[in-house]
Amino acid sequence: MLSTKVTCKSHGQDSSYFLGWQEYEKNPFDPVHNPSGIIQMGLAENQLSFDLLESWIARNQENDWFNKKGGSIFRELALFQDYHGLPEFKKVLAEYMSEIRQNKVKFDTNKLVLTAGATSANETLMFCLAEPGDAFLIPTPYYPGFDRDLKWRTGVEIVPIQTSSSNNFKITKSALENAYQQAQNLHLKVKGLFITNPSNPLGTSLSLEELNLLITFSINKNIHIVSDEIYSGTVFDSPRFVSILEALDPRISTRVHIVSSLSKDLGLPGFRIGLIYSNNETLISAATKMSSFGLISSQSQFLMSKILSDKRFIGKYVMENRKRLKNRRKMLVLGLEKSGIKCLESNAGLFCWVDMRPLLDSETFEAEMELWMKMVREFGLNVSPGSSCHCSEPGWFRVCFANMARETLELSVKRIRALVDSKLGINVKKYRLKKPHFTTSRPAQDLKLIQLQKNKITEKFEGMSAAAAGNTILCRRVMLLRR
Amino acid sequence: MAIQIDQPSVSLSRVAVSDTHGEDSPYFAGWKAYDENPYHELTNPSGVIQMGLAENQVSFDLLEQYLEKHSDGATNSGRTSGFRENALFQDYHGNGKLYGTNKRGRAKFNPESIVITAGATAANELLTFILADPGDALLVPTPYYPGFDRDLRWRTGVNIVPVHCDSSNNFEITPQALESAYNEAESNNIRVRGILITNPSNPLGATIRRTILENILDFATRKNIHLVSDEIYSGSAFSSDEFVSIAEILETRNYKDSERVHIVYSLSKDLGLPGFRVGTIYSYNDRVVTTARRMSSFTLISSQTQQLLASMLSDKQFTGSYIRTNRERLRKRYELIIDGLGKAGIRCLKGNAGLFCWMDLSTLLEEPTKEQELCLWKLMLHEVKLNISPGSSCHCSEPGWFRVCFANMSEKTLEVALRRIHDFMERRKAH
Repeated sequence: MLSTKVTCKSHGQDSSYFLGWQEYEKNPFDPVHNPSGIIQMGLAENQLSFDLLESWIARNQENDWFNKKGGSIFRELALFQDYHGLPEFKKVLAEYMSEIRQNKVKFDTNKLVLTAGATSANETLMFCLAEPGDAFLIPTPYYPGFDRDLKWRTGVEIVPIQTSSSNNFKITKSALENAYQQAQNLHLKVKGLFITNPSNPLGTSLSLEELNLLITFSINKNIHIVSDEIYSGTVFDSPRFVSILEALDPRISTRVHIVSSLSKDLGLPGFRIGLIYSNNETLISAATKMSSFGLISSQSQFLMSKILSDKRFIGKYVMENRKRLKNRRKMLVLGLEKSGIKCLESNAGLFCWVDMRPLLDSETFEAEMELWMKMVREFGLNVSPGSSCHCSEPGWFRVCFANMARETLELSVKRIRALVDSKLGINVKKYRLKKPHFTTSRPAQDLKLIQLQKNKITEKFEGMSAAAAGNTILCRRVMLLRR
Repeated sequence: MAIQIDQPSVSLSRVAVSDTHGEDSPYFAGWKAYDENPYHELTNPSGVIQMGLAENQVSFDLLEQYLEKHSDGATNSGRTSGFRENALFQDYHGNGKLYGTNKRGRAKFNPESIVITAGATAANELLTFILADPGDALLVPTPYYPGFDRDLRWRTGVNIVPVHCDSSNNFEITPQALESAYNEAESNNIRVRGILITNPSNPLGATIRRTILENILDFATRKNIHLVSDEIYSGSAFSSDEFVSIAEILETRNYKDSERVHIVYSLSKDLGLPGFRVGTIYSYNDRVVTTARRMSSFTLISSQTQQLLASMLSDKQFTGSYIRTNRERLRKRYELIIDGLGKAGIRCLKGNAGLFCWMDLSTLLEEPTKEQELCLWKLMLHEVKLNISPGSSCHCSEPGWFRVCFANMSEKTLEVALRRIHDFMERRKAH
C-alpha cells in the first residue's frame, strides 16, 4: 500500500548511530536533575561560541523588522520566496565562504544555490548527478547520515573506498582503483567521488597532494567530485584548510561541486542554511529549481545577512571559535591519554576519532558492539561506533567534544577512565550508572499502548515484516492513541 | 583558440536536464513578462499588472500590528534568550503545538500526527515519494495548479493521470470521471496509487461540496488507494460554513478507512507568509507519519520561524479575529472583481474561496482550441497588460478559461485592472 521507500531500510535509522541517540533520550544527562544519565557524545554540534552570537544580537536589536524608517520589511520578507535567494544574504554568504578559505578562492553568487541545510544540498546533488542505480565512491569511515541523504529517495548506491589505520586512514590510489573495480563487478555505473573535507568522523583535512590524487583519478574516469566542506569553518589547527576549489584543474572545473552550511562553524543547525557551489551552469540551474523543495526561511536569511555583513564581528568570531575548539579537543585528548587511550591526530571538526582497540575483547565488530553497549548502558556515554561509520577496522569510535559544557566533558573523561579501569579489573562503582538500561524504563501503561499499536499496525500491513512494524514504533518517542 | 565545449547532458542525470520542472509553461512565462515591465501606480502606470500570482496581501496590516505589539516578547526575530534553543533545534518532530492550535474548529487534530515541511510544495512531493513508486500514478482532477507537474512528478518519477472536469456541471468531480481516469491508467499498465484533490480548488476558487467529498472517499476506498487533500486554501474560504475538510467526513464515519487519508496545509495562503516556508502534512496513517517525519530532514523549517509563529498562532484571540477579518476582506475583493467583470460582460464560475476567480473568455475565442486560448492569453499580456493564467497551463480540457488573482494587489490596482478589461471588451464590441 505504500512505496518501497517506506519499507526499505535506506532511511538508515536502524543504525547504532541513531539507536544511541534514542538511548540517550530515554535517560539524558543533566548536571542537576540527572547527573547519572547518559552523556551525549554522538552529536556533532558546536555549542562553544553561542555567547558571541547572543551578545551580537543583544547589541544589534534594531535589526528587528519594524524599526526601519519608512515602514516594515516584514511584508517584503513574508512574501519573499524567490529560489534565487535574498540577494544581500547571498552576497555576504559568498564572502564568508571565501573568508573561511583565507580568500584563496572567490565565490561567485551566480554559482551558489541555497538549500535547507547540507542534508538537502547533498540529496539534491545526487538527484542532479546520478540515475537510480548509479554509484558514488565514498571513503570510509563516513558520516552515517549519508546512507539516508545520498541513497534513500534517489536510488543511488554508495561503494566504499576502504581506508585503514596503517596510514592514518588516508585515501590511496590503490584504494580508489579497488573501489572503482568493485563497482564494476557489481555492474554499477560510477558517477563520482563523494568526499567530506575536513572529514567526519576523522577530523582531518586533506592536503593538496591528496586533493590532486582525487582530481587526477576523477579526470581519468570522467566522473564528478562532490566535496562536502561543511566542517571547513572548524579548522582550528595546522595544516590550514585547502578547499578542492584551490586545486581545480580546468579539465574538471564543471564536474566539481561544493556543499557547505552554517550548522557547524556558526553552530546554527536549527536555521537550516546550506548551499551548493558549482561552475556547472546546467547543474546550478537544475539545483536552483529543486531548491523549491527546501527553501531557506526568508526570516533566517535576513537575520544571517545582518550578522555576516558585520565583518569585524565575524573575523573575531572565527578566531575565537577556533581557539575554543582547539582547547576543547586538547582537553579530551589529554584526558584520554591519561587513561592510555589514543586519538587520531586531527586539526578540525567537533569530534575526535578515538582508538579503543585495546579495550576490545576480540578484534571483531561484535566486540566493538559489546564495548559500545557497555559504554552507553553501564558508563552513560553515547559515542558513535566506527561500524556505524562503515569503518573497515573494529575498535574506533567518534567522540564529540563541542556540544556540552566543560564540566560535562570532564565528567565524561572520568567515566572513560572508569571504563578502562573496569577492563583492567579495578573497582569502578563511582562511575557506573545506577541501573543498567537494558529494557525500557517506561511505565507499564506505555508498554501496553505500544503493544496495542504494534498489533494495530501488523493487522493493517500484512506482508510487512514484524521487524519493520517494530521499527515503526521504535522511532516514535511517544505513541498516542489518535483520539 | 580552441573552445572547450562542455556536454553537461552527458554528465548530469535525466532528472537534471528534463523539463519536468515545468518552468517553460505560460504560467511562468507570464511572470517573466511581468518582471520585465511591472506595474507601479506612480512610476509605471502602464506596466503589466500581475494577476497570475496567488498571494494573499489583503491582511498584512493585521500581522504587522500583532508583531509590533509583541515585538519585545517571544516574536522578536533575534530574541537573545531563545536564540540558543532555536539555533540548535533541528529535531524533525518540530514545534508540535504550532499546528495543534491552528486548525479549523470542527475537526480534532493530534499534534503527534503532524509533520512540518518547508512549504506545501515540499509536503506534496514528500507524500508522493511515500505513497507511490516511480512509474506509478496519482489521479488529479483538472483544472489543477500548474506547480503539481513539478511537485508530484519531477524527482519522484510518478505520473499524473488527469480526472477531467468541465463546465457542464461547474467543473465538479463526478464518479464517472474518476472511473474513467482510473481505467485509462489501467489500460496503459500504470498502477494508480492515489488521488490528490485541492480543496478549496486552485484554480476554480470553489470549495468541494460534502457529497462530492464523500464520493471521492468512497472511490478511494473501493479502489484501495490513497487520498491526499491539499487544503492550503482552507482559510481563504469567504465564509467558514462553506468549507468542509476531509477530516470532518472522516469524523462522521468514525475514522473508518482513515489510514488512506492525508492532508496538506500551509501558512502561505491564509497568513500570507510564503517566504517563511511553513507547510504541514497531517496523516491518519502512522507509518506515513513516521516515514514523512524522517524524510522531512530534507526540508526542515527554520526553528527561528517556528518559534515566531508558535507564539502568534497560540494567541487564540488574535487568530480568531484574523481569520474572520481575512475571510471578510477576501469576500469583498471577490465581489469587487465579479462585479467589475460582470459590467464588462464577462462571467466567472461561482466561487466561494481562494485568492482568484475562474473567468470564462471562451466566447472570445475564434475557435475552441488551445492555440486560440494561448493567442488570447498573449493578447491580454501584451495589449491589455494583464498577466492572467491560461486554463491550458492548468490542464483544463475546455479552452477559454483563465485564472485571475485578486488578493495580491491593492484595491486601487484591482480597479485599474478592471478598467483595462472593460476598455478591452468595449474595443472588441466596436469591431
